[in-house]
Amino acid sequence: MKLHEYQSKRIFAKYGVPIPPGDVAATPAEARQVAQRLGGPVVVKSQVLVGGRGKAGGIKVARDSDEAEALADQILGMTIKGLTVDKVLIDQAADIREEIYLGITIDRAQRKPVIMASSEGGVEIEEVAKATPEKIFKLAIDPAMGLMDFQARNLAFDLGMRRAFIRQFTTIAKGLYRAFVECDASLAEINPLVVTGDEKLLAVDGKIVLDDNALFRHKDLAEMRDVQEEVEAERQARQAGISYVKLNGEIGCMVNGAGLAMATMDIIKLYGAEPANFLDIGGGAKADKVAAALSIILSDPNVKAVLFNIFGGITRCDEVARGILEALNEVPTEVPMVTRLVGTNEEEGRQILAEAQMATAKSLAEAAEQAVALARGS
Amino acid sequence: MSILVGKDTRLLVQGITGREGAFHTQQMIEYGTQVVAGVTPGKGGEWVHAVPVFDTVKEAINATGANTSIIYVPSAFAPDAILEAAEAGIGLVVCITEGIPVLDMVRVRYFLDDTSARLIGPNCPGVITPGQAKVGIMPGHIHRLGSVGLVSRSGTLTYEVVQALTDKSLGQSTAVGIGGDPINGTSFIDILRLFESDPMTDHVVLIGEIGGSEEERAAQFIATEMSKPVTAFIAGRTAPPGKRMGHAGAIIEGGEGTAQEKVAAFEAVGVKVARQPAEVAKLVAERM
Repeated sequence: MKLHEYQSKRIFAKYGVPIPPGDVAATPAEARQVAQRLGGPVVVKSQVLVGGRGKAGGIKVARDSDEAEALADQILGMTIKGLTVDKVLIDQAADIREEIYLGITIDRAQRKPVIMASSEGGVEIEEVAKATPEKIFKLAIDPAMGLMDFQARNLAFDLGMRRAFIRQFTTIAKGLYRAFVECDASLAEINPLVVTGDEKLLAVDGKIVLDDNALFRHKDLAEMRDVQEEVEAERQARQAGISYVKLNGEIGCMVNGAGLAMATMDIIKLYGAEPANFLDIGGGAKADKVAAALSIILSDPNVKAVLFNIFGGITRCDEVARGILEALNEVPTEVPMVTRLVGTNEEEGRQILAEAQMATAKSLAEAAEQAVALARGS
Repeated sequence: MSILVGKDTRLLVQGITGREGAFHTQQMIEYGTQVVAGVTPGKGGEWVHAVPVFDTVKEAINATGANTSIIYVPSAFAPDAILEAAEAGIGLVVCITEGIPVLDMVRVRYFLDDTSARLIGPNCPGVITPGQAKVGIMPGHIHRLGSVGLVSRSGTLTYEVVQALTDKSLGQSTAVGIGGDPINGTSFIDILRLFESDPMTDHVVLIGEIGGSEEERAAQFIATEMSKPVTAFIAGRTAPPGKRMGHAGAIIEGGEGTAQEKVAAFEAVGVKVARQPAEVAKLVAERM
């Protein structure tokens, strides 16, 4: 789960990371009030959960509160990469002299958190990694000891920071690490961390991505979820406990198990069509869950055929078959369906579908071939 | 012979009194696994499917000689269950539980490095040596004893491949699910090394997926340290970047971890990569 910039920075501030004074506004009038309170030039920043807001025109500098109101009016309601802006952050503008990148994530190969820093702040770290990987400094963090002072100092020296900033930088890096650990984040990033004209370090932009699996012990963070930023079908799926990712193809698929769901998407492509989604109904899914999954798939108007691929283990094929029929009762549709059921109670499952005049395929390959043909209307 | 589990496995079930734990205990017993004990703190003295339940792993080991543990404990408590088993001296810990926070796994792995325990999983279907022991949740009947070793990050996709192998009369020595999480207990390389020295295994099938770079490292290992042929399948060729595909570890990040890179890494070292699950069996048969 991603947090907005303003949410992330407020969390960082609690851990001793300096952030610019500012507040969130949902209307141009509110934006004016915040700007007035701050005084002087401000930055009006769209709060949407995607990168590249600046390039899309979603971040603008205002000289005064009049201009802040006008810019907020322009930015609120804007669409950036498919997401509508319904909040702006009004921050006091900083006098930026240098921009640094500072981020913490988990390194899968080392199985430890790593802190990354670069003197090329202000651009996405992936771009720096591609263009000038030698400008990124990385250190693994010992899970028992945490980020040690000398490590933070070493990073600061690697970055070529002046001595006057070393202590500030150490405090910020250690604060960021504590925020990362205590929030159960998978990413905590300050980009850029700027050096200001009055010789201070300031976290001008920030981002936190939380580990969904740890949300159960962070009720306060879980409540920060911005449901307006989710695709409607993905929100429904999350609430039903289904793993769903919308894609752009024409064949919807419902599968049990993540690996098999990906393999099913791939085989659709192999037979000449594109998958409309990734969907894993999980182990042991009962009829009502199958029904919820089917209506989510059918809510995508691009779907021209649906492929069910169930390898029964804990999941029972007869339960799935009943779920399919139940769903079709609730959401009548003309979209053709192909079903492939194997494993636990497969005979009963096929029987149930046969009685409802629904065909079943014998193998995954056969099912994919049929689904592709049906989507093409042949 | 086989790897990890077999006739000598004396299994302890952590979380045996839960719904999943009780159900799969019965399934494993029916398959022929020696389930000798269960542990649920606070429920010591009870019995589940004629298996005695203990309060602690230590007590269970002392009373029954358990040497392997399987964990069906909810994700909030599973890390503690893994640590308890390792600390008590269990040699092989198989954790089925899905949804353990990544930072918990960082700490668990860190702790395990100082013990002699091997962890399989979490978020995995377990380990099976056909006809000898099933330590997991996989449907036992699709397996058949033979000489193909399987290692996979997935559950049902593994069953799909096992079924295809069995349909072609290609039996399995051991099938291992190492799990779909970004940080797990045992890597592809660990299992490849075991299969390489297992006299029962003649051919290895590796089932990978998008995310991370374990497959790439496995390809290097195969090139330099393996004499036995390996056939691979990689799921997620059509997965978009930046989206988690069900498994916590199945995500293309910063352009890294794509299926295409993994396929290329295997092909570069002479490993045949199937385009669909059923093709794995065909490729294995061609080289047997």
